[in-house]
Amino acid sequence: MAGPVLQMRSIVKTFPGVTALSDVNLTVRQGEVHAICGENGAGKSTLMKVLSGVHPHGTYEGEILFEGEVCRFKDIRASEQRGIVIIHQELALVPFLSIAENIFLGNEHARRGFIDWRETLRHATELLRRVGLDEHPETRVADIGVGKQQLVEIAKALSKSVKLLILDEPTAALNDEDSAKLLHLILELKNQGITSIIISHKLNEIRKVADSVTILRDGRTIETLDVKAPETTEERIIAGMVGRDLDHRFPERTWHRPKEGEEPALEIRNWTVFHPIDRQRKVVDDVSLTVRRGEIVGIAGLMGAGRTELAMSVFGRTYGRWAGGTVLKDGREIRTRTVAEAVGHGIAYVTEDRKHYGLNLIDTVNRNISLTALQKVARHGVVDEHEERQVAERFRTDMNIKAPTVFEPVGKLSGGNQQKVVLSKWIFAGPDVLILDEPTRGIDVGAKYEIYTVIDRLAAQGKAVIFISSELPELLGMCDRIYTMAAGRLTGEVPRAEATQEVLMRHMTKDTQDNEVTR
Amino acid sequence: MSTDVTTTSQAPAPPGGEKTGTGMLQVMLNGLRRNMRQYGMLIALGLIVVLFEVWTGGDLLLPRNVSNLVLQNSYILILAIGMMLVIIAGHIDLSVGSLTAFVGATAAVLTVDHHMAWQLAVLLCLLVGAAAGAVQGCLIAYCGIPSFIVTLAGMLLFRGLTEILLKGQTLGPFPDGLQKAGNGFLPEVGPTTNYHNITLLLGLVIIASVVWQEVRDRRRQQEFSLDVLPARLFALKLVALVAAVLAVTLLLASYKGAPIVLILLGVLVVGYGYVMRNTVFGRHIYAIGGNLPAAKLSGVKDQRVTFQVFLNMGVLAALAGLVVAARLNAASPKAGVNYELEAIASSFIGGASMSGGVGTVLGAIIGGLVLGVLNNGMNLLSVGTDWQQVIKGLALLAAVGFDVWNKRRSGS
Repeated sequence: MAGPVLQMRSIVKTFPGVTALSDVNLTVRQGEVHAICGENGAGKSTLMKVLSGVHPHGTYEGEILFEGEVCRFKDIRASEQRGIVIIHQELALVPFLSIAENIFLGNEHARRGFIDWRETLRHATELLRRVGLDEHPETRVADIGVGKQQLVEIAKALSKSVKLLILDEPTAALNDEDSAKLLHLILELKNQGITSIIISHKLNEIRKVADSVTILRDGRTIETLDVKAPETTEERIIAGMVGRDLDHRFPERTWHRPKEGEEPALEIRNWTVFHPIDRQRKVVDDVSLTVRRGEIVGIAGLMGAGRTELAMSVFGRTYGRWAGGTVLKDGREIRTRTVAEAVGHGIAYVTEDRKHYGLNLIDTVNRNISLTALQKVARHGVVDEHEERQVAERFRTDMNIKAPTVFEPVGKLSGGNQQKVVLSKWIFAGPDVLILDEPTRGIDVGAKYEIYTVIDRLAAQGKAVIFISSELPELLGMCDRIYTMAAGRLTGEVPRAEATQEVLMRHMTKDTQDNEVTR
Repeated sequence: MSTDVTTTSQAPAPPGGEKTGTGMLQVMLNGLRRNMRQYGMLIALGLIVVLFEVWTGGDLLLPRNVSNLVLQNSYILILAIGMMLVIIAGHIDLSVGSLTAFVGATAAVLTVDHHMAWQLAVLLCLLVGAAAGAVQGCLIAYCGIPSFIVTLAGMLLFRGLTEILLKGQTLGPFPDGLQKAGNGFLPEVGPTTNYHNITLLLGLVIIASVVWQEVRDRRRQQEFSLDVLPARLFALKLVALVAAVLAVTLLLASYKGAPIVLILLGVLVVGYGYVMRNTVFGRHIYAIGGNLPAAKLSGVKDQRVTFQVFLNMGVLAALAGLVVAARLNAASPKAGVNYELEAIASSFIGGASMSGGVGTVLGAIIGGLVLGVLNNGMNLLSVGTDWQQVIKGLALLAAVGFDVWNKRRSGS
């Protein structure tokens, strides 16, 4: 067995207020394909950013040894010079440049500033042949699909004489055929002596290509397993990913009891949505679900499962291209083609990305809270500032928003308090159905508890709540029923009594090839 | 969860005699810090006025000159109000200079060539401005063409149309009524005093309404048990406000009275200030400029708001065009050159942000006055237009530079 090519020892990385990695160890052997898996937020991407110099030496603790030498990368260029290349989930290609130009971007074949086009094309052709991409190197990147773009990224990595290739969720955006091709290429590169680290949620993929797998959970290394060993089953990996101690509690919930013959407050039928740019790809595929009054329904799924896309496309078609499906409110079909229509029908969507989609950070707390329902504090188009201020003060008290005054710019509040402002804003709109997308992302444990209490209170008031989350414990602690999604499809519906992390994780990592929906 | 809130909410103002001094100072400093930009520019404006008053040996604040200053800058200020809205919404409008010229030309053709009643012509001109704004707004809001491009095209287009309309010639003079509206003063009645009676009366009415407004606001806030300025500070603020209005009133009343254009401007400032502060429409402008995706997801009809902002800009540009034409008593193909840049500069000096979402109507006016006083003062000192431009450029750079520095220092 080959010796280690990479050792990361006792890596600790903290951000203000959060410890992202605490004591992570990773050993990758020469010439293997090493998978890293873990839940969202387990620290996988952060670890790779430490390795590739995105987080430079000095901003973390611990030691990195590559090919037996201690490395202190000050930026991404430094790690690339050593042959460590990372391919991010969001591809870093310039769409309007050609494939060849992209491959050599920042690393051009040039003499005194003038590009040597002959050499560029020759080399690009050679690299494209190596990755098995049958496109002319002068084709614009914008004109090829995401799968092929991924190959261009790999060609770019090869041009830098890569020794260790890191792929962050390489197949998350690909269809099955492109995924298979990519996985094949990774094995091909392995035969050429290139070591790879792949971050992946898809256990079947890991089984197909990886030699060993390291599991991270809550910023710690849990274990490294030999994938080829018979005792390494998918169940074993799942157990490693989820088996955490519950370190936050939930409010006592009075669980929802469905009444006989009750219409669901909201029903989504056969909802299908295409990707906004890649028009061949179904991001949400024939999803149907229901939520009743007073019920909290969870949607679990890993990155790229299509949960946010489902929610946003239902909420005024704010994502993607709608391709079919209906929405029913209290048993009657409704139109939700614009945000105004959706809000008018009593639907609220609390975004997962409060900074970009939820708040006007430069504006004050009171104005953010009133924005969606300004007409409630306005008469004939004129806002009553005093009433608006009273409303804001009421929410500041009820939601325990920690801000010196309601005139504080929202951008100056902490994440948890910003989240409370977003929630206040939508509660003020007075919806019947609330879709909460990762409502506790990036906030501390205390604030989380407060948010849970608010959600519980909303359900107790008879509102229907759809709770999208990547944190399984919080879904288990809060939801009456949990749907699971994978690759745009609904893969399961689990009542509270049967829900465990293992059950959910199995549905969430289901091979999307088999269409059967399990109960 | 909400039980402990009452104790953690705002601490009341510190009681006790010896503490109120520092308490008041603290309140003032806090207020100053919060509105650094606006107060900063107000102070800068004050400084510039004092400097030029000294350098010109007192000529700057002669009643005649103040009157002149207002008339000279009124059209830039009118444009700056509309431009502020455009910039807050996250856009830009380069076409307004050309549009003012085009509207002036239209007015001249209608009244001089076709002898149309000037009131009707004014109405038609405003409609022309609205139409121009509507077309540009439509292209920007609904077709998604960037405002920079659309209005750059508009700038060339309207300039060209102006020359076509006027056949390259200056056209005038305008009918008396229109001339008076642009250059005239409020009519005078009553006994002969050393002051203009109506202007004095108007000043007193304004003072009364300002005081009433402030007192009512304060009482209303107390009613809702919201924190208010300490009584002494409030009194100080009132005195300062009254003094400022009184000073301007006396200055104007000791010459020919308040120019009609000033009254128009005052109505616009108060009206638009109110719209931006207190109406749903105004809020939506701030929302789309501050964070467009968030505004969309909040159900703000961003396209309609954008369209309306440009429509409004068109109407205000028409109004400015009429004022310019009436003041010069002729329509010229070269009218309004660079007005768009002066209006944009006024907005940025007055606190607008390149990325949108920030700014006030009053800010635009202060910014416009800074430029206006610089212009006028340097004219009095016979500084050539070459150096005037250099200094105005530096003023813009200094104002925005100060803002950037201030933001960075406060650690954002």
